[in-house]
Amino acid sequence: MVLMSPSGDIAVQQRDLILWSTFLMLLVIVPVIILTLVFAIRYRAGNDATYKPDWDHSTVLELVIWGAPLLIIIALGAMTWVSTHKLDPYRPLERIDAGRPLPEGVEPLVIEVVSLDWKWLFFYPEQGIATVNELAAPVDRPIRFKITSDRVMNSFFIPALAGQIYSMAGMETKLHAVINEPGVYDGFSANYSGAGFSQMRFKFHGLSDADFDAWVAEVKSSDEALSRAEYRELEQPSENHPVTYYASADDNLYHDILNRCLNEGDVCMDEMMAFTELGMPMCIAGDPRDRKARREDNELRELLDLTMADDSDRRSLNQ
Amino acid sequence: MSELDLTKLIFGRLSWESIPLHDPILIGTFIMVAIGGTAVFGFITYKKAWGYLWHEWFTSIDHKKIGIMYMVLGLVMLLRGFADAIMMRIQQAWAFGGSEGYLPPEHYDQIFTAHGVIMIFFVAMPLITGVMNYVVPLQIGARDVAFPFLNNFSFWMTTAGAVLVMVSLFIGEFAKTGWLAYPPLSGIIKSPGVGVDYYIWALQIAGVGTLLSGVNLLVTIVKMRAPGMSLMRMPVFTWTALCTNVLIVAAFPVLTAVLALLALDRYADFAFFTTDLGGNVMMYINLIWIWGHPEVYILILPAFGIFSEVVSTFSRKRLFGYASMVYATVVITVLSYLVWLHHFFTMGSGPTVNSFFGITTMIISIPTGAKVFNWLFTMYRGRIEFDVPMLWTVGFIITFVIGGMTGVLLAVPPADFVLHNSLFLVAHFHNVIIGGVLFGLFAGITYWYPKAFGYKLDPFWGKMSFWFWTIGFYFAFMPLYVLGLMGVTRRMNKFDDPSLQIWFVIAAFGAILIAIGIASFLIQLYVSYRRRDELRDDSGDPWHGRTLEWSTSSPPPYYNFAFTPRVHDLDAWWQMKEHGYQRPTSGFLPIHMPKNTGAGIILAGISTVLGFALIWHMWLLAGVSFFALLAVAIGHTFNYDRDYHIPADEVAGIEAERTRMLANHV
Repeated sequence: MVLMSPSGDIAVQQRDLILWSTFLMLLVIVPVIILTLVFAIRYRAGNDATYKPDWDHSTVLELVIWGAPLLIIIALGAMTWVSTHKLDPYRPLERIDAGRPLPEGVEPLVIEVVSLDWKWLFFYPEQGIATVNELAAPVDRPIRFKITSDRVMNSFFIPALAGQIYSMAGMETKLHAVINEPGVYDGFSANYSGAGFSQMRFKFHGLSDADFDAWVAEVKSSDEALSRAEYRELEQPSENHPVTYYASADDNLYHDILNRCLNEGDVCMDEMMAFTELGMPMCIAGDPRDRKARREDNELRELLDLTMADDSDRRSLNQ
Repeated sequence: MSELDLTKLIFGRLSWESIPLHDPILIGTFIMVAIGGTAVFGFITYKKAWGYLWHEWFTSIDHKKIGIMYMVLGLVMLLRGFADAIMMRIQQAWAFGGSEGYLPPEHYDQIFTAHGVIMIFFVAMPLITGVMNYVVPLQIGARDVAFPFLNNFSFWMTTAGAVLVMVSLFIGEFAKTGWLAYPPLSGIIKSPGVGVDYYIWALQIAGVGTLLSGVNLLVTIVKMRAPGMSLMRMPVFTWTALCTNVLIVAAFPVLTAVLALLALDRYADFAFFTTDLGGNVMMYINLIWIWGHPEVYILILPAFGIFSEVVSTFSRKRLFGYASMVYATVVITVLSYLVWLHHFFTMGSGPTVNSFFGITTMIISIPTGAKVFNWLFTMYRGRIEFDVPMLWTVGFIITFVIGGMTGVLLAVPPADFVLHNSLFLVAHFHNVIIGGVLFGLFAGITYWYPKAFGYKLDPFWGKMSFWFWTIGFYFAFMPLYVLGLMGVTRRMNKFDDPSLQIWFVIAAFGAILIAIGIASFLIQLYVSYRRRDELRDDSGDPWHGRTLEWSTSSPPPYYNFAFTPRVHDLDAWWQMKEHGYQRPTSGFLPIHMPKNTGAGIILAGISTVLGFALIWHMWLLAGVSFFALLAVAIGHTFNYDRDYHIPADEVAGIEAERTRMLANHV
């Protein structure tokens, strides 16, 4: 049972939470089941036990039957509040595992995830590579997933690593996690997304640093590059898509998928929102230059960066 | 206008290709349905029963007959919904190691969608509404519901929705989106076919029925209680019915609105829930669950009410903690609106939002826990008779607390992140819906059956049904909890990992046990009918009941009560019996009653045609049927011949017959 014996620190904490919550609830569930059986047997009609047909109230008992669940829910509620904040998928990690805090200066590995019909596309901006249906990360280095979808909603889930989070078009969700043991783990979509959904699976490789470097080198040795044209082909629905390595990916491709501006001439959602915030939604529409030219316009970029200052703190682009 | 356009105007998207002739399973089903349908049709014609059915049932505005028709609808649809269930269990137990099973995705995906839609909207809802319809007016000492015609209309609109879902089996296809049809998957780009349109119009038409029936029962309970029945003297079942109907009236308009928005997206290029042009799927998911979560309490509250009636009747004891039971019900009603977001913690809302909804969800377990304890302490120091309704109740308590526990576990957001959408979740909601709602309905059906038909159900087959259902349930769903913990997600139609297969095989075995449980129930109906003279109940009070419905004959006369009862205590009928109540045998007065009308079934029939036309884009037929609908509705407002008086002599005759039966009984 992978959920009970996971290999990543986040999933381990989620497992512990499940066990503790279950234990707390069993404190009341087990007595209820036992009492049901005991009362059913003891007070059956043929048994001639005490019979009090008009007894229908007891203040002490009422206090107990409202109080006992209340106390358990107070305990569970406190656990929920603390753990939900501590295990918020948007929260950068503070430790590698129970015994090891995160050393100073370790930056998380950023992986950008796109769910397509019916396969997963992963960008590694740091390494400049991209893969389909295969994911790898070094052991004990925090990972920061940025997740979106081309259209249909899916849920990005690697049970051994951490809990799932939805992938939604035009929006970005985030997930922070770390894998603590080398190995090959199952990843898949946990939200039904159409005919090819059952095959929307990939392997997640937890690798040592050296193995990860070798893996990156292998991806880089691929002949294929993920151009926009290539992506257009990739986004067509397909089932059982083979693992594919791309030695490089087009600049800004993930950004443009997320912001729904793959075509030249589309206005990106983040640009639109930044200008709306600045109170000049018509700037882009009235701007005759193409997007590339706009990107190279330093004055405009500065303006955009001001409003988009730290995208990492935003929970979702489209809220 | 060219010929092609004319064909399109009349037939829309419908063509011979829409008939799924390529699918042997569907053809087989169709042949069986056709043979069965012809047999039933022929039998009714042979018995010359059409007139009887039309005059006594289809056009009846008697809440008791409408209640029974709801039950028939729910039970027929249960067979369809269960057929879907067993097909899924077989597919999942089969499709391993490279095998595709026997259902390709386009068929399998329709089956799990239809299973969810049918079980919630066309099994659980009609059965719950049916029981409320039958029992509530009798429990509060009323002669009918507040709006008798509306009641008939509501029933037929619900049936119209069910008919559209059934039609989708043989003409076109059903949605392949999951039972809540999340966009963008259900949007026009990803689901261009008629499946989602069947879904939308079936639910919209049935939704009209549900909403109106909610208004009707709400007004009935608020305005038509017998003198002396203050709110805190209402039977607990009526209390739960009151709360459920408040929920229906407040929640169903949200469903209607969100489906209307989805329909605008699909039919008129709006962009509420699209991925582009500013649409946002998160709005759909929020809205549908703002309806969807109260919906599960709409189903479970009346079941809680049934258990409360059963446990006190069969323990021969007053219900323990009536007031706290009522407050618990009301607290659940209010809280059910504050928890919807727990269905999508994984959407990425902040930890504060997620904790809020997680904790409100947990809080619901406090009143629910109090209810469970109240049932327990009703049994304590009672004289428990283990008739079939009581067996269901004990089975319920044990099963339901397990489902409640897994539910609270899912309410802890970080735990939900790993369990969401898994088979653990599937096991959880079947645990509470089967162990709670369905067990409650079976308890209720067995409990009130003698009231409705004048004879008890055969206990042997009732016990068979109970044991097969209960044991079958554990076999079918405990493996799903295990599979969920193994990280298996729902709605998969094939698997790679061979170690999972054994669990699916056990689950399929459980489904077969449940099938035997359902068969036992049907045999029970048949055997009881055959043995009706032995099982006859002349007293009208076979279980030594406590509430007013047991003060009438079984079945009750169509006017329910010759004299409106006066209520002095919580267990009104029990108190009347204790105080040596004497049934009046003279001094009857004429009784004012509503008249039957065919308007309900006609309006619903036209609505079915309208729905079908909209689904297939048959714009001509859609226009014609829409105006026909308006014309009949307006025409019906000119029908002034709506009521009559039962003469005092006739009442006296019926009551004299009852006096004779009671004399025989003692």
